Amino acid sequence: MRVLKFLLQKELRQIFRDKAIIRVLFIMPMIQLLILPLAADYEIKNINLGVVDHDHSEYSRKLVNKIISSGYFRLKDYSPSFEQGLHAIEKDKTDLILEIPAKFERDLVKENEATLLVAVNAINGVKAGLGGAYIQGIIQGYNQDVRMQWIQFPRINPQPTIEVTFSDWFNPNMNYRVFMVPGILVMLVTIIGSSFASNNIVREKEMGTIEQINVSPIKKWQFILGKLIPFWMLALVVLTIGFTIARVVYGIVPLGHYITIYIFASIYLLAILGLGLLLSTYAQTQQQSMLVSFFLTMIFNLLSGLFTPIESMPAWAQMITKFNPVSYFIEVMRMVVLKGSGLSDIRYHILAMLGFAIFFNSWAILNYRKRSG
Amino acid sequence: MIADKKNIDLIDSSGNKAAKAITVENIVKTYTVKKTVVDALKGISFAVEKGEIFGIIGPDGAGKTSLFRILTTLLLADSGKATVDGYDVVKDYKAIRNRVGYMPGKFSLYQDLSIQENLEFFATIFNTSIEENYDMIKEIYQQIEPFKTRKAGQLSGGMKQKLALCCALIHKPSVLFLDEPTTGVDAVSRKEFWEMLHQLKLQGITILVSTPYMDEAGLCDRVALIQKGVILSINTPKGITGEFGKPLWSVKANEMFHLMNSIKADPEVESCYPFGQYHHVVFKSQENVKEKLERIAREGNYTGFEVHAIEPNIEDCFMALMNTHNP
Repeated sequence: MRVLKFLLQKELRQIFRDKAIIRVLFIMPMIQLLILPLAADYEIKNINLGVVDHDHSEYSRKLVNKIISSGYFRLKDYSPSFEQGLHAIEKDKTDLILEIPAKFERDLVKENEATLLVAVNAINGVKAGLGGAYIQGIIQGYNQDVRMQWIQFPRINPQPTIEVTFSDWFNPNMNYRVFMVPGILVMLVTIIGSSFASNNIVREKEMGTIEQINVSPIKKWQFILGKLIPFWMLALVVLTIGFTIARVVYGIVPLGHYITIYIFASIYLLAILGLGLLLSTYAQTQQQSMLVSFFLTMIFNLLSGLFTPIESMPAWAQMITKFNPVSYFIEVMRMVVLKGSGLSDIRYHILAMLGFAIFFNSWAILNYRKRSG
Repeated sequence: MIADKKNIDLIDSSGNKAAKAITVENIVKTYTVKKTVVDALKGISFAVEKGEIFGIIGPDGAGKTSLFRILTTLLLADSGKATVDGYDVVKDYKAIRNRVGYMPGKFSLYQDLSIQENLEFFATIFNTSIEENYDMIKEIYQQIEPFKTRKAGQLSGGMKQKLALCCALIHKPSVLFLDEPTTGVDAVSRKEFWEMLHQLKLQGITILVSTPYMDEAGLCDRVALIQKGVILSINTPKGITGEFGKPLWSVKANEMFHLMNSIKADPEVESCYPFGQYHHVVFKSQENVKEKLERIAREGNYTGFEVHAIEPNIEDCFMALMNTHNP
């Protein structure tokens, strides 16, 4: 125990002596939490609209005005023909063309029916999907307005209509920040856990100090715990800073208990640190370990459900997320913060995470050799 | 091959291996680099007596570090046996780790920890403390103690080396492995360092030291000359120079390069190689050698010509042994 205590002391001393690391550790979460949630906005605004109006009627003008006044669209191009409108899309001036045919007003009044064409630039899939949906919604609203003007509804509606009202549970105002901030916090803790510890061991390899440790009677578990515990503590400190920022800046208070999150985070960090240690037993230089952990955290984060819902991924990608510790933590975060889940609700997540922790750490210990072939 | 035979005799005649500090028998180590096999150690054998300073002398790439890593249980040999302080390096590696001190060739202490913190750390991982074994390192430590709060990264080469030696000694090892301890250290520090080693020897510690500097060989009790994974000779420094056997001539002229070519052109010359400001020359037969050299100088119109008969040193012996092993 005395040896372990001394190892920890030495490790913490070295960490706190390295000003650059300390700065990165404390400034990185602050910057990321202050900038990313504000920038990573799921609502699409400022869609550039091109209009090709062959009708030039009162109705067509009204429609265009209604679309623009929604706040989602900016009128960027007004072309006389579809070809010219398409040209504007090709030049990236507009994202979406609304073509209003000639006789739009006449058809609408006389035949009670008119057609419109919406063409969307689908290079940015999210923008295309949401822009298309928004414009459809607005046109539908316009349609309702027109009907209201014209028809005096009979007491009993001749056509049955279904009206949908909805309320968003757990996040009533659809505040995406409540949704993003805990996720970004997970990402941060993951980066610290996976790369800092592995870089630290590889640095001992590069400096040659590991040779001195390997010739000593120190036990493998002492050495590995001596590396694991300091970064485990550091990551929990960063998590705490993150929660403080979330609370002070974004007013995010978890519905569930902080304790639930911390219990899960402790196990999660064991798994992620284990992965980092495993990398370090294979890597020979800090560059190698940096690149591999960068690659892994990138994949883990993109496949974690932080940015895109796991449910909308293809089946094979959903299978991969089952082996991605980050996706478990993000789910747990959102469950506890938004839904107020308790320990019993996340028991399967905890079990899975324990599995990851045991798997990575035992592999790391087995692969760490004090002597080479 | 002659040398190998001698080693085996050395071990057999002693009979009792436990009395030796280090025994090495037919150690072979090969590395596979991109499908080509490199022989680092080609079946070497030797034994080191207790309380001896034993030097492993050889150029870079001779296999010195591989040998040290095998003996300090960091590396597994492909075949062969070795013991340190009576313990087998493969089976009893745990016992060995408790009783050897190892100073790797590269300065490998924590640059961001102070002298005292480094020493405390290495004391702790060997389950001891500075106070417990202070007498062991006292003389060396006192020299760097005034700077004990300074970080190891900011020390001079000589001080780093003293600190490294303290760290290797803090757990009272019975055998000390020093891998090229004086590489990259100035002449004064080198001298001091060797004085420290002689002090340690008086305390009964066996020291295995490797060095590429031939002039340090004379400071060891016995040396093994090693090249390309083969031991060329094992003897006391005097013994090795005594093995040289032929008179050695040192020549000098203002036109050194041409002089070398003219000497080598003589069929009677066995070898001629540059040595500092001089060329060292050995002849196959020893009759009228001086006259021969003077004749070469006259015929080539060399200016400032000098010729002396000299005593061979370890480097001359190394060159001669290298020639006989790689004709």
